[in-house]
Amino acid sequence: MYKYDAIDRQLINERVAQFRDQVHRWKAGELADDEFRPLRLQNGLYIQRHAPMFRIAVPYGMLNSAQLRAMASVARKYDRGYGHFTTRHNLQLNWPKIEDVPEILAELAEVEVHAIQTSGNCLRNITTDQFAGVAADEIIDPRPLAEIMRQWTTFHPEFAFLPRKFKIAISGTKEDRAVTWFHDIGLHLKVVDGQVGFTVIVGGGLGRTPIRGEVIRDFLPWQDILSYCEAVLRVYNRYGRRDNAYKARIKILVQALGIDAFRAQVEAEWAHGKGGPMTITQAEYDRVAAHFTAPTYETVGDVELPDEKPFLNWLVRNTHAHKVPGYAAVTLSLKKHGIAPGDITSEQMDVVADLADRYSFGELRISHEQNIILADVKQTDLHAVWQQARAAGLATPNIGLLTGMICCPGGDFCDLANAKSIPIANAIQARFDDLDYLFDIGEIDLNISGCMNACGHHHVGHIGVLGVDKNDAEFYQVTLGGRQGNDAKLGKVIGPSFAADEMPDAVEKIIQVYLESRHEDERFIDTFDRIGIDPFKNRVYEGRAHGKAKAAQKEAA
Amino acid sequence: MSQLIKNGAAAADSWKTLEIGEGETPETLALPAGDVIFPLAVWQARKSELAGRERLGLLLQPDDKVEDVAADVARFALIAVNFPKFVDGRGYSTAALLRQRYGYTGELRAVGNVLHDQLFFMKRVGFDSYALTDGKNLAYAIERGFSPFGDAYQGATDQPQPYFRRRA
Repeated sequence: MYKYDAIDRQLINERVAQFRDQVHRWKAGELADDEFRPLRLQNGLYIQRHAPMFRIAVPYGMLNSAQLRAMASVARKYDRGYGHFTTRHNLQLNWPKIEDVPEILAELAEVEVHAIQTSGNCLRNITTDQFAGVAADEIIDPRPLAEIMRQWTTFHPEFAFLPRKFKIAISGTKEDRAVTWFHDIGLHLKVVDGQVGFTVIVGGGLGRTPIRGEVIRDFLPWQDILSYCEAVLRVYNRYGRRDNAYKARIKILVQALGIDAFRAQVEAEWAHGKGGPMTITQAEYDRVAAHFTAPTYETVGDVELPDEKPFLNWLVRNTHAHKVPGYAAVTLSLKKHGIAPGDITSEQMDVVADLADRYSFGELRISHEQNIILADVKQTDLHAVWQQARAAGLATPNIGLLTGMICCPGGDFCDLANAKSIPIANAIQARFDDLDYLFDIGEIDLNISGCMNACGHHHVGHIGVLGVDKNDAEFYQVTLGGRQGNDAKLGKVIGPSFAADEMPDAVEKIIQVYLESRHEDERFIDTFDRIGIDPFKNRVYEGRAHGKAKAAQKEAA
Repeated sequence: MSQLIKNGAAAADSWKTLEIGEGETPETLALPAGDVIFPLAVWQARKSELAGRERLGLLLQPDDKVEDVAADVARFALIAVNFPKFVDGRGYSTAALLRQRYGYTGELRAVGNVLHDQLFFMKRVGFDSYALTDGKNLAYAIERGFSPFGDAYQGATDQPQPYFRRRA
């Protein structure tokens, strides 16, 4: 894992001092609220429904045990003893005091953690695959280039006040696990004729106007990624819309110009930067890559694992193939039924840090599905990890299953939300609390967002749930058939939205149609692709009044 | 009104900015004498009349295309880039292009909503004078605004070599 050197330490310490000074000037009335707002946002600080929300960066999802312990400590000391992992790898605290944030930043800086550019209209945290470096299907480890890009984005002077936020994701595997088709820039590492480079995708995004990105360059040598991104960013900074925040993302510019015209502008701009000083040197790549070498794996002999059903269930769902024989990657589920998905207490963070130290070389990763991964566990240790994780409530065997859902904080916490999302998640978890039933249903992505900003990635859930506001009441729109991965696409709206208390029934009916219609070994999404949306629609709205009938029913009531 | 910072100190401002009043057009308005900063439209409409002046100033708005004056930059003693709102970051690209691509070497001034916490970024992209918004603490901006960070990762106008090329 990357370790800071003198320049990295200097810059984050200077950042803490800068923010301390900004908070001081804001409190003294020298900085108006409007002037302070983008400054605090670029340090991850929102003003939310109940209190400020503070978002701590987890660059490309990598953490070490000391960093997680520091997060546990600040959550305990300055907040209510828990945090929430987001779909972009970051940790959110929901109740800190603004005045405490400089102190929190100072404590985090000691373990090389910061909140730089975790919010605001700037270059955001770069995300990647939670199995980077260990995935069996990996082509190139994306982390060295992710770190080089992290440094490049940090305090970039030209792109600190973009029209809107800008998110980059990198995938280094055959199967895309970084949602790269739905980022402002999505990068796929690949090798062509012995040369390493990227397929560059631009203009994707979820949110209010979900758009699948388009390929702007089929192959870009890795050395050129910074100068090429600067060209994309410069075109966007100059010509992206600034008159309407809802139309300010790069996807709108790309759609307005068309990908070919946008590509031509970027290429014309890049002609000036190509081969210039921002070209990454082999020496720099080697320097950074040296931090991401494989740990000293042991030779693990024949593994005999106990034949206990709960453990075997966990093995099936929560462990993953590793490129080194005798090892596995483990997902610690933050999706225990009845808990807000992605939430974790300080005590649990400490347990996870201990597990990482004991069983996984002191390192861990955060996934965009809001879980924690121990990437390098010996198979002979799996039973011990399972027992300790289970004791801490971190071993729910539901990864990839219906209740392992992605869910944003929603209307309980977030100012932007139209509706609550956590109670919907919990109600569905309660309905599907039977493990055998969950296993029988099998692999399915259920994603819930409390508003069209889509932090819960509802568009790419096999079942997507979107909270909407209708005449000051909370309703939920359901989409089917969305997916992430190489064939990423947006779900289709099934029909009129549902009240909160109708949601568990609606999901159950969708599942019933699947169970009745599936062929052997067909996952939900396969059945959906084969039979289409209509059977689901018919079942869900069967006997449900709508249109004139509904109006008449209301009248009668 | 604003408070001018130049060469790391408060400075007097000899320049006046010409505004196009209501009912006036770039083609017809009177061209005052002295150190005047002209809007791009006036420069474009009256190039031949202005050509003889010794010191010319130009004002670029966020949506003015810097390419339109690419061939003329050597004519200006001062180019002012306007930030109508400090969160409108187009002026950073304008400045970077003037310095890095079009070889502008005269005074490059940030005007408009120019605040303490953006001075560092402005300096990096190539500004060398700053019309700090009135009412803001000038002395503190000069003391601290330009140096929150002692170095930077990326190449920019003030240091074209990124940090990784300057490592020992």
